[in-house]
Amino acid sequence: MEDHFIELRNISKSYGKVSALNRVDFHIKYEPEIVSLIGDNGAGKSTLIKIISGVHSPDVGDIFIRGIKVDHWSVTRAREAGIETVYQDRALVLQQTIARNIFMGREKTSKLGFVKSKLQFTEAERLMRTIGFTSKVFAADSVVARLSGGERQGVAIARALYFKADLMILDEPTTALSLTESEKVFDFIRRAKENGTSCIFISHNIYHAYDVAERFVVLDRGKVVLETDKEHTTAEKLVKDLQEIAHNDRTRSTAEDTSEGGENDAPE
Amino acid sequence: MTILNGELRSADLGEARPQRGPITRFVIANRRALSSLLVFLVLLAAFILASPQVFLNPGMYVAIFRTLPVSIILATSLVFVIASGEIDLSFGSVVGITAWAFSVVLGWGINPFIAVLAAVLMGAFVGFINGIIVTRLGLSSLVSTLGMSFLLRGFINVATQGEGFPLTYLRDTPFYNAFIGQIGGIPAHALWALGFIVVGILLFNYHRFGTHICCVGDNLESAREMGINSAKIKTMAFIYVGIASAISAILFSLTNQIVYPTTGDGLLLPTLAAVFVGGTPGWGGVGSIAGAAIGACTVGIIESGIVATGFSHLFKEFFYGLILILALTAHKVSDPRRQG
Repeated sequence: MEDHFIELRNISKSYGKVSALNRVDFHIKYEPEIVSLIGDNGAGKSTLIKIISGVHSPDVGDIFIRGIKVDHWSVTRAREAGIETVYQDRALVLQQTIARNIFMGREKTSKLGFVKSKLQFTEAERLMRTIGFTSKVFAADSVVARLSGGERQGVAIARALYFKADLMILDEPTTALSLTESEKVFDFIRRAKENGTSCIFISHNIYHAYDVAERFVVLDRGKVVLETDKEHTTAEKLVKDLQEIAHNDRTRSTAEDTSEGGENDAPE
Repeated sequence: MTILNGELRSADLGEARPQRGPITRFVIANRRALSSLLVFLVLLAAFILASPQVFLNPGMYVAIFRTLPVSIILATSLVFVIASGEIDLSFGSVVGITAWAFSVVLGWGINPFIAVLAAVLMGAFVGFINGIIVTRLGLSSLVSTLGMSFLLRGFINVATQGEGFPLTYLRDTPFYNAFIGQIGGIPAHALWALGFIVVGILLFNYHRFGTHICCVGDNLESAREMGINSAKIKTMAFIYVGIASAISAILFSLTNQIVYPTTGDGLLLPTLAAVFVGGTPGWGGVGSIAGAAIGACTVGIIESGIVATGFSHLFKEFFYGLILILALTAHKVSDPRRQG
């Protein structure tokens, strides 16, 4: 436990009668790592990351940050602990500049509240370079609406990296992105890791996940059913494992009483 | 770890790329005001060519400038509300109610500066109520401020019984001079307008308040997710319009030397036109204080220009509409959704 930045032990979460997570253990190491959460719709992935980011509290179970058990876990506490979430909608303001987006809500200001635009521009530019987010076409004072989907994700990642991000959580960061754009986002994630930030991300695409992540946690019907890393698996094997899990699910569903069929259709 | 106290150390971030040239940055940052200026200059040139004897006469501009400060103060303040993604249609009636509050306190024989304070507090209060209705009750600002406009105007009519309050006794007093007299040879009302332009630019372009206004107007949910208190920001914008309306009411009433029950009537459409001609679009997230001031000048010269160039004053609304549409078309070119 000592080498874990965050550890979740025996976490359960239900929405009414629907069990979304059932006695789940999960952790992120101190040493920066990229972990992919894999699973079908309703597997509990989004619930798990919402608990990590403080949006939801677990019904049962404990959360440890740097080895210390925390109570009253919330978004604010998660942020204070260095956990930043890059939302699916990326929480960007499209008509504003990249620098304004990066510092949104946490502007660098003088005592009288005047924004230090030059400082924000310089730091935004340096940060963009750090994660390999550079272009001859745009600068930190360019409007975000001009950027592609992957580049916009880059702005959100740059923001998470700048503010307290020991751990960055990305909920399906490559949804609706082309292959090239997705690759760009993965580059940003790799560079973030090089700069000391761990990352958890959800992806439905196993090949994408395998490409960028080092550790894979597979959830099924609210439970961790497989945990492996790149040294012990291949993308093809991972796909095969998932097919097997899905097949077992179908077999179990057929055998079970139909009244129990919706058990894990948890809201995500 | 490169994280120190939650933030990356500058030394860890590599070399910064140099910022764009100052002229490019100025043009990009002020494209709305510049395109607004272009509209104004084209219109002015057209009027000068059509009627040089009128438009090359300085007296003409003195006459226009008598009413311009009120338009500038209102238009520049409205930018905050519109850029925050809302609209305030009540400001004309707020001008009326604050002028009434001013007259009531004057009627008690109290120092006129205290009466101004009462008017400003009344304006801020109405702005606060507008903000609460929009942000807490979740009503549409379009409808709720229209309702507020009727409500206030109705109240003024009942309270005054249609009677005006003369202000002629204030003429040439230090109070009068502080608002519409001369200060160091410069018309005081021009200084008030200039003050609102400068404060508006500082707040909108350089202060956290203006930044939050734009973020909230651009994408409310994103701004909230990043911890911006959108209700507070929007309410502050409505309060700012209320305060600006109160100052406008004082200038307007002192210029006419009477507080009419109808004070503020007829300001709504020209002021909104000034904001939109000035390059602040209706969708929120962006705006221009300098543009709104130039827009007020553009709208201000239209009426005189129409008459001077030989058209009947009945064409006034027609040309307001025409110029508004042409100006919005010109601003479309500088839409930040398409430009960097």
